[in-house]
Amino acid sequence: MGIRFILMVNKQGQTRLAQYYEYLTLEERRALEGEIVRKCLARNEQQCSFVEHRNYKIVYRRYASLFFLVGVDNEENELAILEFIHLLVETMDRHFGNVCELDIMFHLEKAHFMLEEMVMNGCIVETSKTNILAPIQLMDKAS
Amino acid sequence: MSGGSGGGGGGPSLMDSLFQRTLDDLIKGIRLHTPGAAQSSFISKSVDEIRREIKSTDLQTKSTALQKLTYLHSLHGFDMSWAAFHAVELTSSPSFAHKKTGYLAASLSFRPSTEVLLLLTNQLRKDLSSTNQHEVSLALECLSVICTADFARDLTPDIFTLLTSSKNFIRKKSIACLLMIFSQYPDAVRVCFKRLVENLESTDNAQTLAATVGVFCELASKEPRTYLPLAPEFYRILVDSRNNWVLIKVLKIFAKLAKLEPRLAKKVVEPICDHMKRSEAKSLVFECVRTIVSSFYEYEFAVKLAVLKIKEFLLDTDLNLKYLGLQGLLLVAPNHLWAVLENKEVVIKSLSDVDRNIRLEALRLVMSMVSDDNVIEICRVLIGYALKSDPEFCNEILRSMLSTCSRNVYEIINDFDWYVSLLGEMARIPHCQNGEEIEYQLIDIGMRVKDVRPELVRVARDLLIDPALLGNPFIHRILSAAAWVSGEYVWFSKNPFEIMEALLQPRTNLLSPSIRALYIHSAFKVLSFCLHSFLLPRKPATSSSSSSSKLVDEPDFTYSESEEETNVDLATTSSSLSKKKPFTVTRDSVLNMLALVLTSLSPLAGSHDVEIQERVRNVLGLAQLAQEEISCDLDNKEKIIDGVALKTSILIRLINDALSEDLGPVSLSAQERVLIPDGLLLEDNLGKLDTICADVELPISESFSLVKPVLTDVDSVSMKQNEESSETSAAESTSLLSEHRKRHGIFYLPSDNNQDASRNFPPANDPNERDNDVEDLVRLTEESLVLKRKSNLSRPRPVVVKLDEGDRLPITRAKTESNDDLISGAVRDVLLGNENSPPPPHSKVEKSEIGDSSRRKSKHRKEKKHQNVEESKQKSGGRHGRHKARQRADEGINKTARNETTNFWVAFRVTQLVWTWKVKSYEALLPLKMLKDLKMVILRLKKC
Repeated sequence: MGIRFILMVNKQGQTRLAQYYEYLTLEERRALEGEIVRKCLARNEQQCSFVEHRNYKIVYRRYASLFFLVGVDNEENELAILEFIHLLVETMDRHFGNVCELDIMFHLEKAHFMLEEMVMNGCIVETSKTNILAPIQLMDKAS
Repeated sequence: MSGGSGGGGGGPSLMDSLFQRTLDDLIKGIRLHTPGAAQSSFISKSVDEIRREIKSTDLQTKSTALQKLTYLHSLHGFDMSWAAFHAVELTSSPSFAHKKTGYLAASLSFRPSTEVLLLLTNQLRKDLSSTNQHEVSLALECLSVICTADFARDLTPDIFTLLTSSKNFIRKKSIACLLMIFSQYPDAVRVCFKRLVENLESTDNAQTLAATVGVFCELASKEPRTYLPLAPEFYRILVDSRNNWVLIKVLKIFAKLAKLEPRLAKKVVEPICDHMKRSEAKSLVFECVRTIVSSFYEYEFAVKLAVLKIKEFLLDTDLNLKYLGLQGLLLVAPNHLWAVLENKEVVIKSLSDVDRNIRLEALRLVMSMVSDDNVIEICRVLIGYALKSDPEFCNEILRSMLSTCSRNVYEIINDFDWYVSLLGEMARIPHCQNGEEIEYQLIDIGMRVKDVRPELVRVARDLLIDPALLGNPFIHRILSAAAWVSGEYVWFSKNPFEIMEALLQPRTNLLSPSIRALYIHSAFKVLSFCLHSFLLPRKPATSSSSSSSKLVDEPDFTYSESEEETNVDLATTSSSLSKKKPFTVTRDSVLNMLALVLTSLSPLAGSHDVEIQERVRNVLGLAQLAQEEISCDLDNKEKIIDGVALKTSILIRLINDALSEDLGPVSLSAQERVLIPDGLLLEDNLGKLDTICADVELPISESFSLVKPVLTDVDSVSMKQNEESSETSAAESTSLLSEHRKRHGIFYLPSDNNQDASRNFPPANDPNERDNDVEDLVRLTEESLVLKRKSNLSRPRPVVVKLDEGDRLPITRAKTESNDDLISGAVRDVLLGNENSPPPPHSKVEKSEIGDSSRRKSKHRKEKKHQNVEESKQKSGGRHGRHKARQRADEGINKTARNETTNFWVAFRVTQLVWTWKVKSYEALLPLKMLKDLKMVILRLKKC
């Protein structure tokens, strides 16, 4: 399993989206998120985007006030994950138009839906923005 | 918006539906309330509303309630397991939006133990066969998250159908879903694997290919050998595909496969290098580099190219690339150290990077460069960095230095004097928190390397006499090692008085009780050494042999036979006072020391800590006895030979003999090797000691007892034998011990070497030199030890005592028959089945691409299968259980080994002492715990 979890966290350390691809209890999740957020948010721009934590590698990137954190296993290619994060942001940008924290908060279901199109079982299955957004656009049209 | 509460106590009402808060209202509400009490009370109020609303018969109300709950669950960590049934309800809604909400809630909150899970089976099946592709997709996505063995078994046929769907959208998702199905239900492989392989061949379809390769990458990472037959397909993708995501996954697969099949590696290395040269995408280039250096390191040209790329990464301004460059170097290091040396400058510079992660990678690389030639130089540089760095990284540096230098029993250390002083230096680094490891190594080196002991004692002295160090609790552990070393090897010390002062300095009250007890115990050793040097001023090593030659007749034989020798010794004492000694002991200095001991330890005699109290009493007993004697012979040296003096001298010599026995390293499995004799209950209390003591007490009491016991025949015989065998009383204690050993061998560690006289008494631990025979033990004198030490000096590298089986126990990993094995077993069956059936779809490609190798491979494959079958048979055999048990035992021992080895020797020494001093007046010297047993022995003596 390449990707283990995807987190979006704001500057204050509040989780804005959490998607796990392996089963963790609520307590475990809360603890894990706390540790990771503390570790990553303390880092500055002059430091690299990779952090080792427990048996995960965390690849993260900051966009405006939002941190995108992806936990992967040790085999995974860090640069590819960085590209994946960028792709995710671009896709959201295309849909919401200059995506911000509030868009994700108020459209959590959609954000999950996008992620589901891109990642299944921790594997990246779709990388075309058009393909990812097609079902959502269809849904928007229908409602 | 308080309308939601209008529904009264019972079920949801129309009002609830009409004035329900939407998800947006909820989010806005949460944002309005300041985090803390106000917010949480708002949220709990909302949850109450949700509980009501979710029971509504109106699907829209239910759906909104579930949406809100899902939001609270995933962002605020609220439990929503109670709403599982409502989620299942919503999935069956005809409305797509409701269905979507239901499935999202299910996939975010369901766990394998969710009770209503099975209720979902039918709905999933229905949606999987729906004509609406989006409904199918919802079901597939949910299934890929919550899949259990039951789901997998029931739904495999549906997935199988979807694998040939004409819609890519559906096909790729069903492929991705397969991974979960396989891992939950390996039998599904037999059904679906063929179709999965077919998808691998349809190169025209980029969408499904990414998913398929992803699945194979995961499968192959667990059991690569099984997928070797598919190498031709992967090769084709590697050459043809232009999708970087897919290429990265294929490279990962080849990294695994190439290790198993050298011919494949030869074939694949070229295209990988092509990608590395041409690709613009850094991620792909890095993946190529990683694949080459980890799996294709035998191909010189490829590695050179990879190292070139690594260099580019290292020099890039992008920190991410620099970090990955260092990681890449770390992968090259084991096989091509030159690559690291080439980039040495960058690496060393990175040690002071602002980013801790980069510094850590650099540190790992520096450690990979360490060899016995440059260890001194590198450690010097690192200590410099450690002093400059922040505490956390400083300790990281120290930790890696310690672990690298101690690897394989200090393999790379040639100059132990240097290393020991380095350890001392580390202790003085202000942030040092590696006390425990340094403590261990100081003691370990002391026991293993004889030649380094003088330097070790010097280093320990420097640490002990510095009162400032006592203020730093992090290095108390190191100080405890220093105290132990100074006590144990005190005869190397230039000035034991100074050490005594250091051990008793007032600031030692800052130490924890256990360490303080160790300090006091070391003081005991120092004291007995000094008294020994004063009263019996000869090198302890030569005492036993010289005594017989300088026999002087004594007029009064008032005591039992053994006293004769004692007298002799004392006579020699007085005559050889002028002998050369490592340091000068004068009467005054000894008296001063005794006074110091008595004044500084007396207040502790009533300590509440048992350990401290015990040891303080030991020291005080000895000190008082000695003081009495030494101060009473003010004018006449000859008068020294009277009752009191004798007692002290005997005692001192015995203690010293016991203490000067060399401690060796003990194998971690030493205790394990002791077989528990039949009928011995380890949990039993010590009441039985009585019976054990019964048959040893007489020979012992006879040796130097003030109370002359009545001897039985048997005992007197054994006593005479004792006398004969032990010419000197130094040997006597050993002989008694060996006598005891002979009788109660089962309670001793099996020590079956007797040939080598070089080691005085570490028989249990060194399998090369076992002694079984007790008589030989008696012959082992310290003389031989000294000789050996001298001969060692001429050698370039000191002898490091190692145990043949290694200090770390081999870890036997119990392999479990996991689902992965089942999957690969099934895959093998499917692949071999394909081979037999006439036109397997992928064999054509095999032939056209790399036909030769594949044909050869297919033979290979069959052989492999046999092997595997046999292996798995063996695995599933009885060995399994035993392995596990053994492993568990090993782990336990590993953990406690350090303590146990120490405890063992402490216990051993105490027993030694108990067996040799059975005289009432010496009671004060014995640990409290032993007193009871001793009293028992004496009681029995009196009865006799």
